Amino acid sequence: MEEEKLRIGVFVCDCGLNIAGTVDTEAVAKYSETLDDVVAVVRNKYTCADPGQNEIKKAIKEHQLNRVVVASCTPKIHEPTFRQCIAEAGLNPYLYEMANIREQCSWVHQDEKEKATEKAMDLVRNAVARARMLEPQMEAEVPVTRTALVIGGGVAGIQSALDLADAGHQVYLVEKEPSIGGIMAALDKTYPTMDCSI
Amino acid sequence: MMDVGRHPRIKLMAYSEIEHVSGFIGNFHVKVRKKARYVDESECTACNDCVKDCPVIVPDEYQQGLSSRKAIYIQLPQAVPSAYLIDMENCLGNNPIACGKCLDACEKKCIDFDMQDEIVNLEIGTIIVSTGMDVYDPTEMDEFGYRSFENVITSMEFERLICASGPTEGHFVRPTDHKLPKKIAFIQCVGSRSEKLGRNYCSNICCMNTIKDTLLLADHYPEVESKVFYIDIRAFGKGFEDLYMRSKESGVNYIRGIPGDVWEDPETKSLNLSVEDTTNGKVRIHEADMVVLSVGVEPRKDMKPLQQLLTLSSNADGFLLESHPKLKPVDSPTRGIFYAGCVESPKDVKDSVTQASAAASRASIILNAGKVTIEAITAVMDPDKCNFCGVCSRVCPYHAIEPADKKSGTYPNIIQAACAGCGTCAAECTMDAISMRHFTDAQMISQIDSILERNPMEKVVAFACNWCSYAGGDLAGTCRVQYPTNIQLIRTMCSGRVDEKFVIHAFKKGAPIVLVSGCHFSDCHYISAVQWTQRRVEKLWNRLERLGIRPERLQLEWISAAEGQRFGRVMRAIEEMRQKVTEEEVKETIEILKKEEEKERAKKVKREAALQPAAAV
Repeated sequence: MEEEKLRIGVFVCDCGLNIAGTVDTEAVAKYSETLDDVVAVVRNKYTCADPGQNEIKKAIKEHQLNRVVVASCTPKIHEPTFRQCIAEAGLNPYLYEMANIREQCSWVHQDEKEKATEKAMDLVRNAVARARMLEPQMEAEVPVTRTALVIGGGVAGIQSALDLADAGHQVYLVEKEPSIGGIMAALDKTYPTMDCSI
Repeated sequence: MMDVGRHPRIKLMAYSEIEHVSGFIGNFHVKVRKKARYVDESECTACNDCVKDCPVIVPDEYQQGLSSRKAIYIQLPQAVPSAYLIDMENCLGNNPIACGKCLDACEKKCIDFDMQDEIVNLEIGTIIVSTGMDVYDPTEMDEFGYRSFENVITSMEFERLICASGPTEGHFVRPTDHKLPKKIAFIQCVGSRSEKLGRNYCSNICCMNTIKDTLLLADHYPEVESKVFYIDIRAFGKGFEDLYMRSKESGVNYIRGIPGDVWEDPETKSLNLSVEDTTNGKVRIHEADMVVLSVGVEPRKDMKPLQQLLTLSSNADGFLLESHPKLKPVDSPTRGIFYAGCVESPKDVKDSVTQASAAASRASIILNAGKVTIEAITAVMDPDKCNFCGVCSRVCPYHAIEPADKKSGTYPNIIQAACAGCGTCAAECTMDAISMRHFTDAQMISQIDSILERNPMEKVVAFACNWCSYAGGDLAGTCRVQYPTNIQLIRTMCSGRVDEKFVIHAFKKGAPIVLVSGCHFSDCHYISAVQWTQRRVEKLWNRLERLGIRPERLQLEWISAAEGQRFGRVMRAIEEMRQKVTEEEVKETIEILKKEEEKERAKKVKREAALQPAAAV
């Protein structure tokens, strides 16, 4: 893998008008083609939708991509989506990088279209730079003790404990006070049903 | 409550506290202190014989102090577990001269004065935190005279006074003369929505609780006249507006305005309230036989130790911070831990139950899967580079690095499953012996180089931590907060990852301004890693100053995930600073740093040369 020649694919997303309304995505795509090691550039209306993801998978196969950069939204939303997508195409999910050209570009520079486009190019270049350095990673798997702990035996803790126990799990319910019930046990009636609290 | 007591798969540990928690998702080790009740929980039949003979009388907390209990007591009649306990702080003790009467009274001999606290160790896969909230104590609000005037009570006290199992057996009477009050005033938002008290949030439940109270009164005592003084009535839930209308139709008088002052008539012990009706601007004095303060809720005051044990953060109001306000409202930022109820925000019963079921469902996913994957962003160690200094194990907020021992030649051992990937160890290691998977030095440096490749004078290199600052930047986007285009972020999991050399490298490459941003101290998603960020940046400021580089060119800011507006403000301020940095200054900085680097290199060569003959010997 180390010796393998870098073959990076860049996927620039319009996100409807969310990005394309401010950033000239065509110019960003063109610019991406000029970057070293980038062998495929695709522009999409919605990269996260199935057709967009299929484009990525297709390009991975066609161009033997070994790194993928998606220029779209924040990794907090779609990093897991695209990691899964490239894994389905046979790439290690950690060979993926994201350029956030929506939350941190098109949405915050709406009145400066040219500068926003410039910045989007920079962000793609930064992502490609990082992508070059990415290494495949293996996620460790650890076993789970099949027992739950609920801390606090008010109405919420009681409900959680009962649900988990009814689902077949062993539950420990730890309550600080001598009795469970919490604040609710001190109430007379409760709204909106106006019935007894206990 | 009863269902919990008899469920075969629930082990109830009442009168118990969490002592210690270690481990990680799927594999928590929890130590619980089961406090001594001095009454055998499994034997006690709650016959009440012991209570009759107990001579100690103390205020009953369950009845809000409105009646008394004995030193041996049961918390409430329907208690689960249904067993008595001895309040040792007030008990006269097992001294035949002093007392010991309960021992004689208990036929089953359930009482054991020698009972000890018990420590129980549990192996746990997933945790639900449902520790609830505290009710606001309005004593500090002088204007309402709570505790000065006996007939001013809180809504919690109201609950006990109208409850059939309460101290008056449900006969609603005034504390002073034990007579039914004819006129009752409810004051809303006590301890909520007040900037003055530093409690800006809405407590969510008090409007509906008062509406409920007025309906109970209208039902039990139609002759009682109720007035409600409010800011807004927030009847937003399903069926809530109906109840509000019913309350109005029953004759309850809703007046928009909060009393500025409450005073007592010393003779009748009734109260006067001066209120501006904000619908017409008129100030009027209202009379009431009794005032009910509709008190808000607040985060538990005793929450901090547990919060630290579970590495959970709180938001500005003090309620626990969720993983994502919209998409993961039940998950805590620590994997495998979930929230149910008011610990996360003020909630009524229905919302608490809803969230509790959601939390149980989220926890079930992990329990059913039986295994979890750990994101491959952990620290790894290159023993060849380690000099046994031990700093990595000292700085690790998770104690995930077993310390090195030079004598036995044991290298530090990073426990992969316990490492959360903050990167503090890698940043603090002066030997570069630790690297962070997926956030390696090479990856970070490549991003810095790329940012500064084109027009470096116009760029601000900004490091932003994943959980707070970067998320704050995203929120700025979602809220369309506009700021200059010059700022370019490099995402790290934690600001603790930002190595000194990254900052110096950026300056060497011509960065006019470098920003390091992370979570506020109380919000740090890696327990305390952010304190290392602060120390490191302070160290860097000293170093820059010593070298003759303006320390202000390195900025440190704490921005939370909720501070999108602040993110924009900080970025605008930083851009203003950038504009003041001249090209000459940057050039000079590059020269200075080059010289420093050469000096360091020469020193290193010298050091190694000095070591060489020693090694030969």
